[in-house]
Amino acid sequence: MIHPVAWWAWGVGLATAAAHTTNPLLLVLVVLVAGWAVLERREVGALDAFRPFLFIGLAAVALRVTMAVILGNGVGGSVVIVDLPRLPLPSWLAGLRVGGPVTLESVLAAAVDGMRLAATLACIGAANALASPKRLLRYAPATLYDIGTAIVVALTFAPQLVELAGRVRVARRLRGHTGRGPRELARLVVPVLAGTLERSLELAASMESRGYGRLPVRTGRARWLGSILALVGTAGTCAGLYGLLSPSVGGWLGLPTLVAGVALAAASLVLGARREVRTAYRRDPWRAPEWALALAGAAAAGVFVVGDGSGWAGMALQSTPLAWPELPLLAAAALAVCLSVIALTPVPPRLAAARARTASAA
Amino acid sequence: MIDFQDVSVAYAGESRPALSGATLHVDEGELVLVVGPTGSGKSTLLRCINGLVPHFSGGLLTGQVLVGGRDTRTHRPRDLADLVGFVVQDPMSGFVTDTVEDEIAYGMEALGVDPLAMRRRVEDALDVLGLADVRDRPLRSLSGGQQQRVAIAAVIAAGPRILVLDEPTSALDPVAAEDVLAALHRLVHDLGMTVVMAEHRLERVVHHADSIILVEDGRVSALLDPAEAMVTSPVHPPVVSLGRLLHWQPLPLSVREARRRASQVRAQLAALPPPGFDDPATSARSAKRHSGSGSVPSGPSDSRPSGTGLASGECVAATTGLTVRRGQVTALTAVDLTFGSGEITAVMGRNGAGKSTLLAALVGELPRQRGRVTVLGLDPAGLEPQARCAAVGLVPQDPDLLLYADSTGAECRSADADFGCDPGTTAALLTRIAGPVPPERHPRDLSEGQRLALALAIVLAGGARVLLLDEPTRGLDYQAKARLVEVLRELAAEGHTVVLATHDVELVAEVAHRVVVLADGEVVTDGPARQVIAGSPAFAPQVAKIMHPIPYLTVDDVCRALTPAS
Repeated sequence: MIHPVAWWAWGVGLATAAAHTTNPLLLVLVVLVAGWAVLERREVGALDAFRPFLFIGLAAVALRVTMAVILGNGVGGSVVIVDLPRLPLPSWLAGLRVGGPVTLESVLAAAVDGMRLAATLACIGAANALASPKRLLRYAPATLYDIGTAIVVALTFAPQLVELAGRVRVARRLRGHTGRGPRELARLVVPVLAGTLERSLELAASMESRGYGRLPVRTGRARWLGSILALVGTAGTCAGLYGLLSPSVGGWLGLPTLVAGVALAAASLVLGARREVRTAYRRDPWRAPEWALALAGAAAAGVFVVGDGSGWAGMALQSTPLAWPELPLLAAAALAVCLSVIALTPVPPRLAAARARTASAA
Repeated sequence: MIDFQDVSVAYAGESRPALSGATLHVDEGELVLVVGPTGSGKSTLLRCINGLVPHFSGGLLTGQVLVGGRDTRTHRPRDLADLVGFVVQDPMSGFVTDTVEDEIAYGMEALGVDPLAMRRRVEDALDVLGLADVRDRPLRSLSGGQQQRVAIAAVIAAGPRILVLDEPTSALDPVAAEDVLAALHRLVHDLGMTVVMAEHRLERVVHHADSIILVEDGRVSALLDPAEAMVTSPVHPPVVSLGRLLHWQPLPLSVREARRRASQVRAQLAALPPPGFDDPATSARSAKRHSGSGSVPSGPSDSRPSGTGLASGECVAATTGLTVRRGQVTALTAVDLTFGSGEITAVMGRNGAGKSTLLAALVGELPRQRGRVTVLGLDPAGLEPQARCAAVGLVPQDPDLLLYADSTGAECRSADADFGCDPGTTAALLTRIAGPVPPERHPRDLSEGQRLALALAIVLAGGARVLLLDEPTRGLDYQAKARLVEVLRELAAEGHTVVLATHDVELVAEVAHRVVVLADGEVVTDGPARQVIAGSPAFAPQVAKIMHPIPYLTVDDVCRALTPAS
C-alpha cells in the first residue's frame, strides 16, 4: 500500500498547480492526470470521491458562466455574442448591471476561472479516492487525536446518514407516500436523525468500552501551552496556505506565514506527542514511490507558482485581445512528471486481482 | 471474576427499576447465558459488567459490581477495556475503522500495546476466529457472520479475560451462527476466557452454556445449572419443550442428548402413519379448500416444481426470469417463482443469498435487469404508491423504519389517514395482532414484538393481499414468536399470501407451507416445507434432527401424533 500522506502530497501539489494557472489547456491536463491516477490506482471498493468532486466543479463552471452572462464580470471585450435587454436599476445601484451586451471574452474568462476551481477540486477528490482520509488520520499526531476522532466519526456517519435516508424513503413509499417533495423530505428528518443518533451512541459505547480516551492526566500548564501553540500554529498554517493558493492576496502573506505556522504547529505536536500512550499498528512504510509522488507534487506546485509569479507566457489565458493559448513547456513537463510517477506505484492488490480475473475470463 | 452484590439499576423516568437486587458470582472460564423475555433487563445486566451502566447510560446504580477486583463505580468502561471486552448487538454500528486488520488493532492502539506485541496479537486474533483470508477486506464488504467474528476478534485482541456479547447470533444464518459459537467455545475451552452472553435463539446456544442466569422483570436469578434452569424457564428451545412433553429427567439440552433418549419414541412414531395428513402447518389451508395439496407427496423432492402450493390456490404473485443487479453483484439470477393465495412461503439461504433483494423486487422497489414481477396481475413498480400498498406490503427488517409518530395512537391514526381507511382501522388491527397496547406509549418504547405488530398492522391497514416480512423474528422472544405464528396462520387462512425471508428454522417449521432456498441469487430448492427442511443439515429444526428420518418438524407434530385422536 502506498503511504496515504504521499497521495495527499501529490494531490495537493497538483491542486496548488491548478490554482495558479488560467490556461485551459493546462487545466484540462491537470484533470486528466488526476483522473488517470484514479482510474489506475483506486482500490476496488474504495470511496469514489473523484466523480462527485468533478461534478461540483462543473457546477461551479456553469454557475460562474451564468453569473457572467447575467451580471457581467468586469471583463470588457469587443466580440459581442448577444446583447441582452438591460434591466433599469435605481441610481444608488450604479455599480451593478443586469443584462446588457455579453462578450465572448467575459464568458471565456468566467469559464476558465470556474475551470480552475473545478480542476483544484478534482485533484482533492482524486487524493480522497486514492487514500481514504481515515487512513490519513492514522498519521495525525496525538495532539490532534480528539479532533481527528471527531472527523472520523463525521466521515463514518455522513455516508450512513445518506444510506439511512434512502431506506427511510423506501419505507415512506411502503406506507403509500411518494417519498418526494419538500413536505415528504421534512417527514424524513426525524426518523433519519433519530436513527443516526442511535447509531452514533452505539459507536460511542463501542469506542468507550474499547479504551478510547485512556490518556493520562496532563498538568494544566503543559496543556495550556500545547493548546495555544496548536491554535496559533494552525491559524498561521491556514493563512499561509490561503496566501499561497490564491494569488490575489499577494506575496507577503504566503510563504513566511506558512513556515512560521508550520513551525509553531510542529512544536505543539512534539509537546503533545511526549505524553502519548497510544501506539501505532503497522504504519505504511515510506519508500521510493512515496518520495517520487511527494516530490512530483511539490515540483508541479513549485513550477506553477514560479511561472505564475514571474508571468511566463501561457500561464494565464489572454482574453483581451483574445488569443489561442500556448502551452508553457516547463509547466507541461511538470504535469508529465506527475503522470509518470503513477507508473512507479504498485497496482492495489484487489484491483490487480479483479483485472487478472477479467483478463482470464476474456 | 464477576461479582454482583445486591445491584439495582433505575433509569430516570421509569416507574420500575430495570434491575433489582441482583446478586451473583461468575467464576473464571465459565460460559454464562443470560436468558429472559425482551425488555426484562438482560442488556442492562450485560452493560453493568463493563461499567457502561451507569457511566455511559446514566441512571442510578446501587449495590456493588466487582470485575476482576475492580469496582465499576470507580472504573469507567475505558479503564476496564483491558479486562472486559464488550461486543454490541449490531457489529457494523460498533466498528470504528474501515478494514479488518485496522479494526482489530484499534483497541490495542488505544491501550498503548507495544507495536511488536500488537503485530503478533493481531495475527493470533485473525487465526483464532478464522479471519486470515479476509484480513485486508473493507468491513462493509463482509458477510454478517464475518462481521460478527471481526467484532469478537477486535475485542479479544486487546487481551481481556472477560467477553460480554449481546445477541451475537440473532442476525446470522444457522451456519454462520455455528461458526461464531464454535469460536466462542474455543475461547472458553482453550484460553479459559469468561464469556457472558444474552441470546434469544436458545436452540443455538443453550447446550454450549455452563450455567444460566434467568432474568424476568428485572429480577435476576443466581447462576443455575442449564438443565435445571430449563425446567422452569419461561423461554426455552424446542428440544426442552419436547423433553418436558415426554417427561425426560434430566432435561436434554442438545440434539445429541435428546436423540439418545428418543429411540423409543422414534420407534413408536415410525409405527404411526407419516405426519402431514393432518399437518398443523397446512391445516388452515386444507380446512379452507382441501384438495390434498398440503399432504406430503412420497417420492424425492423435485428441485423445481413450479409453485407446489398452487394446485388449489390462485396465483397471486409471480416472478418470471427475474434478474436484479446491486452495484457490481448480480443479486438474483433468472428467478421464476409463483405465490398462491393462502400460502405461507419461507425464503431461506445464507446471509447475502438474495432474500431481501427478492422481497424488495416483489414490492417493486428495485430496478430490474431482466424479467417480470406481477402482483394481482400488475407490475408493482409501475403502480402509484397507494395502489401498490393495496396489493403488496413489506414489513422491513427494521420495523422502526415504518414508524414516525411520537405515540402508538398517533401512529395508528396517521396510518389510517395515509391509506384513507376508516379511523380506528389500524388500532383495531393492532389490538387483534398484539392484544391491548397502550396508545400513549412511544413506538420506540414498545417491546420488539409490539413494534413488529404495529408495523404489520400498518401494512395490513393498506389492504395488502400479499404480505412480505423480512427477518420478522429478529429480537423476538418465544412468546412473541408464538403470537406471530398464530397471526400469520390466521392471515393465510383469510387468503393472504405471506412470504417470509428468514434464518429462523424453528419459525419456518411452525408456520411455512413451502420453502424456497436461495444460494447466490439462484433458486436451488423449492418445495413443501416438510420435505425441504426435514432432511437438510443446515435448515432442519431441532425436532426434525431428533426424529430423523421420520419427518416430524415441531413439538406440536409429535404431541398430536402421540395423543390419540379424540
